[in-house]
Amino acid sequence: MEFGPHLLLAVLEGAVTAAVLSLTAAGLSLVFGVMRVVNIAHGEFFMLGAVLAWVLVQVFPGHPAVGFVVALIVAPLIVGSIAAVADLTILKRINYDPERTIVATIGLLYIIQQVTLMTYGPDARAVEAPFNQRLALPWVDWGEGGLQVYYPWGLSTTTYKIAVIGAAGALLCGIWAMMTRTRLGLVMRATQADREMAQAFGIPVERVYAMVFGLGAGLAALAAVLIVPIQQAHYLMGGDPLLLSFIVVIIGGLGSLPGTVLAAVFIGLSDGVISVFFSPTLAKIFATLLVGLVLVFRPQGLFGERPA
Amino acid sequence: MPKAQLTRRTALQGLAGASTLPLWARYAQAQTSEPIKLGFQVHSTGIGSAYGRWYGRTTEAAVKLINEAGGINGRQVEVIAEDDGTDPKRGAEVLEKFANRHGCDVAFGTLFSHVVIGSAPRAGELKMPYFVVSEGHHVASGMLNRYTLQPGITDVKSQVIAMAPFVADNLAKKITMIFPDFAFGHNHRDFFTEAITAQGGEVLAQIAIPPSETSFTRYFPQIPRETELVYHVMVGPAVLTFVKELGEFFGPSRPEIFGFIDSLEAVDLRSPGLDFLEGTYFWEGMPRYAQPDQSEHDKFYREAVGVDANGASMSDAKDVSTYAHMFGCWETLHIIKDGMESAGYQGPQDRAKLIEAVEAMTDMPESLAHPQGNKVFNGKTHQVFGHQYISRVEDGRMVKLHTTSIEDGLYPDEVDYTTQPF
Repeated sequence: MEFGPHLLLAVLEGAVTAAVLSLTAAGLSLVFGVMRVVNIAHGEFFMLGAVLAWVLVQVFPGHPAVGFVVALIVAPLIVGSIAAVADLTILKRINYDPERTIVATIGLLYIIQQVTLMTYGPDARAVEAPFNQRLALPWVDWGEGGLQVYYPWGLSTTTYKIAVIGAAGALLCGIWAMMTRTRLGLVMRATQADREMAQAFGIPVERVYAMVFGLGAGLAALAAVLIVPIQQAHYLMGGDPLLLSFIVVIIGGLGSLPGTVLAAVFIGLSDGVISVFFSPTLAKIFATLLVGLVLVFRPQGLFGERPA
Repeated sequence: MPKAQLTRRTALQGLAGASTLPLWARYAQAQTSEPIKLGFQVHSTGIGSAYGRWYGRTTEAAVKLINEAGGINGRQVEVIAEDDGTDPKRGAEVLEKFANRHGCDVAFGTLFSHVVIGSAPRAGELKMPYFVVSEGHHVASGMLNRYTLQPGITDVKSQVIAMAPFVADNLAKKITMIFPDFAFGHNHRDFFTEAITAQGGEVLAQIAIPPSETSFTRYFPQIPRETELVYHVMVGPAVLTFVKELGEFFGPSRPEIFGFIDSLEAVDLRSPGLDFLEGTYFWEGMPRYAQPDQSEHDKFYREAVGVDANGASMSDAKDVSTYAHMFGCWETLHIIKDGMESAGYQGPQDRAKLIEAVEAMTDMPESLAHPQGNKVFNGKTHQVFGHQYISRVEDGRMVKLHTTSIEDGLYPDEVDYTTQPF
């Protein structure tokens, strides 16, 4: 494949990764920002979203779009409620102690993963996309007779992949608007800024915590529902998103939404480009190296605030 | 000399001997009525789980048949299944469990080559006959040991040697290979490249993909433009995504495509996004769809395992089998039975005799025990040789086009396990 079309394909593939990653990482970042909880089970909430999407599509047969739309709404709600319940029954009981929450969420990770294995089974199952048309992409090149438009071999994407990128963008704008423009966002930011002061002002901090934990998990589930028609639902699929989300959140700055999104786009695109031109393993090595560099030279992340 | 002079000493000796009699008599009794225990190393979880499910069903059906016909040497057969998670380290642990906790007579059933390679050394140390159903060339290459045998399924080297002439003569000569990046895929890479070059073909590019990969489009730009045929073989949970993305990449201008059915084992050929496979070719170890010339043995085997004419479960048409591989379990179990019977197998002390009995096997005619077709076993390399099938996708089902002969897949011996001590 020629260099130009090759690069465009790499960028398109990277953009899909970036879209899903930014949603997943935004959930992780939100939970850490507001609650100071490092949620190791985040990847399992992602997996649960994909698995529930498959289940819901089975419940609503007929046109694939029907089941998919139901899954898009219901799966994040179910996963969010599970997370909120987990917060109230587990994390609250251990007073959000940083070390103990890590251990508790590791436990949660295994519980969710193994229960899924015992019920849903070990197979990868496909969810049909609501629409999926192959789009051959044109390329402009300087040929013998001047500028020429042609369709390079293999350069294509699908309507669904474009839709995933668009949907992720819209959702991120929605989260941003919620955090900055609504009362709910104000309450969350107040809790993030100073928990005790927020409580003194009558903010029900415990309820905010449960909601934030549910929202974070719901975002991961939403990202998974979007990706599942491309990737299939499998009980072990939570590992990669967890790792990449942590990479993104560390680079972007824990708790910073713009930093998270920017880092997700950067990691997603570099993953796409490096994977296509070199190898996916090298892309992972590069991302991990970047985390190391950020931790050494700018421990608070690109957009994080230096602790006072 | 007086003949029967009863001294105190001989009397005591006689008594001592008699007192042990009930003990060993009871032991012999136990030996003949206790079931023969087969340790079934199965990929219930991990990347091989779809195969594990169907290897399990095939094993169950074969053992039921064997037990209904009186078992082995008059003893019933009991299968003890342990999940290895499709993981080499756990594979070795499972063999230890078979030997030490369950007291199994033999172990069998492993498919994924990395698990076989990880487990076989432990089988050798435990002196546990280990019958694998794996396709990998590692048995016949001499890499393993005398306790590891593959009598129920042919190996990749033989498969690709048998099929390369068909590919070169009928499809194309400029080929790009896509294969999983572990031992099994490397077998394909090495032996197919060698075989197709011998036929005057050329491999333009070799694209290795980790078997745990979930997204594939990023690998496809490495396919050179002048490729006439894409040779694909993939395993793992995301095979459907792999094939779908291959179709999306090429769109309407695809080259010829020849795949190993591994890329779509346990996947419905009529899944959305697979229409582009129409007119492409597949290797099948055994035809998934019942063919017009279906043998009575295939018919019986299919029904016994619970597979319909489309290769799916009789109770769930969406649950597609791993038909091209799982016959290996059925045939291996019948070989274990034959081997134990000709060795007069009584218990673990006869394990070496069992291996010698299997090594002595040669012709395996097509029969109820060998529904995939007749085979020839090579006792020196511990590997069986048989027919391969090439099918073409027509109207969303695979139609058998060509059957290779056993001779097509033969190659010179690379090892003589019979010279190794037990």
